[in-house]
This record gives sequence, structure tokens and C-alpha cells, in this order.
Amino acid sequence: MSDDDLARRLRSGDESAFAEAVKTYHSSMVRLAQTFVSSRAVAEEVTQDTWLAVLKGIDRFEGRSSLKTWIFRILANRARSTGVREQRTIPVDVSAGATVDGRRFDAAGAWSDPPAHWSDEIVDRLSAGPLVAQVRAAMSELPEGQRAVVTLRDLDGLSSKEVCAVLEISEANQRVLLHRGRGRIRAFLEGELAKR
Amino acid sequence: MKLLTLRRDIVCQEAVELVTDYLEGTLSRRETRRLEAHLAACEGCEEYLRQVRATIRILGRVQPEDLAPETRQGLLELYRRFRDD
Repeated sequence: MSDDDLARRLRSGDESAFAEAVKTYHSSMVRLAQTFVSSRAVAEEVTQDTWLAVLKGIDRFEGRSSLKTWIFRILANRARSTGVREQRTIPVDVSAGATVDGRRFDAAGAWSDPPAHWSDEIVDRLSAGPLVAQVRAAMSELPEGQRAVVTLRDLDGLSSKEVCAVLEISEANQRVLLHRGRGRIRAFLEGELAKR
Repeated sequence: MKLLTLRRDIVCQEAVELVTDYLEGTLSRRETRRLEAHLAACEGCEEYLRQVRATIRILGRVQPEDLAPETRQGLLELYRRFRDD
């Protein structure tokens, strides 16, 4: 069903539309909220509050963004302000820019310690659960902004424009956070594969 | 500064920092050509790009937790209270 249909049915007070929206979005919403707040329980609470805000505000939803973007944006705003109240939120990442340790390059900037070959192998092992579970855990170690962007882009499959709208960041900022976040997960995988 | 960098070849340390812009399609045509020329000649950077693509595929496999039946039920009750208000 299209976003428009779902929004129309939500407006008309159709309970099955609400159930469907919950089924489609709730788990991803909790996951995104966890980026900003201290615990799973708080993330559930923020997500529940967001559903109430969605029900109250659905008449004002004009379809200029997708319903998903609109809902996620409400959620991100609430989760962020809850995180601030919890004094958990660390302002924007100011971590150093390099995604690969500078010691792996020579003075001219060429690889002195080039990446070992594992990209083909890892794709073969994709069906193996343990690696995916490890990546899930590694995600929770990312700084907030990187984690939010990578979660929305690569885990939930939003476009860069949608991510910018949800998190209220510029395209350039989105790319920087995506670059650093993916870079860290790649480095994590490299470390895991080197252990074997 | 930028003009100077445009005139010479990309080195590996720069190439790895361009990977996301490349995948996002936000590099200029000229920068894209320079990066692709480097990738074609550099096995390490080519593998690095493949690793980033593999990383994205793995990330795509990370599913959110299943919706617990009691969570779903709780939200439907919330909905009914809202509707009946």
C-alpha cells in the first residue's frame, strides 16, 4: 500500500491502518531512538509518544515528504530532546577526519600496509548470522551522528534526501557522517577477519 | 589549494576518503575520472572500495528486533484510548 493510502486511512480513523503502520515502522523507530537516548526502555517510551504525536498530527500531514520521513522526523526530534534532557547527547562528532589509520600509508600517501583481500569472502559469509550480530553490536559503538545516519541509510534503506529531512542536517554533513560511520564498520570487520 | 591537488594524481590516502562521495555520485566528472584511474591501477584501493561495498551489504542485513506481541497490543490500546477521547 502506498504512503498516501496509509495516511488517508490513518486520518479516517482506521485502526487496521494504525496496526499496519506500527508493524512497518515501530521496530526501526525504536532502533533509531536508541541512538539518542540512554536505554531501550526510554527508546520504547519515546517511540510510543511519537505514535501519539502522529495520531494527533496526521491531519496536518500534507504529503510533501513521505509518511515514513514525516514519522521518523517527529521521532528523531523527540529522541534528541530526550537525550539532551538525560544529558546524554554529545554534540556533533569532532573526531579526526581520517577513516584509515595514517600509519598504513607511506610518506607519499601510498599504502604501506594495504588491505588484505576479504571482500569476496565476506559476501559469501553473509548468510552466516554471527558476523551480522557482531556488526549490530559494533553499530552501537558509533558516535551518535554517524550511528543515526548509517542506521537510516544502510539498515533502513532511506535515501540521502530522506535522511537529511529526518535528522535536519545538510547533504554535506550527511555524507561526512556516512563516510566516517561506514569507515569505522569496515575497519571493525577488517579487525574481526584478521583474528581468524 | 584545490587547484594544486587537481593537477596531480590521487594518492591512496586521498582515494579512501573519496569513496563515499564516489558511491553517492557527488564527485565531479573530473574527480570521478581521476579516482577511477587510480582504482584501475591500485589493487589496494580497489579492494578497499570492494570492502566498503561489502560493509554496506552486511549493514543491510542488520534487522531491527521483531515487534513483540505485547508491544503491538499496547499500541493498539493506546490507539483506542486516543480515538475514544
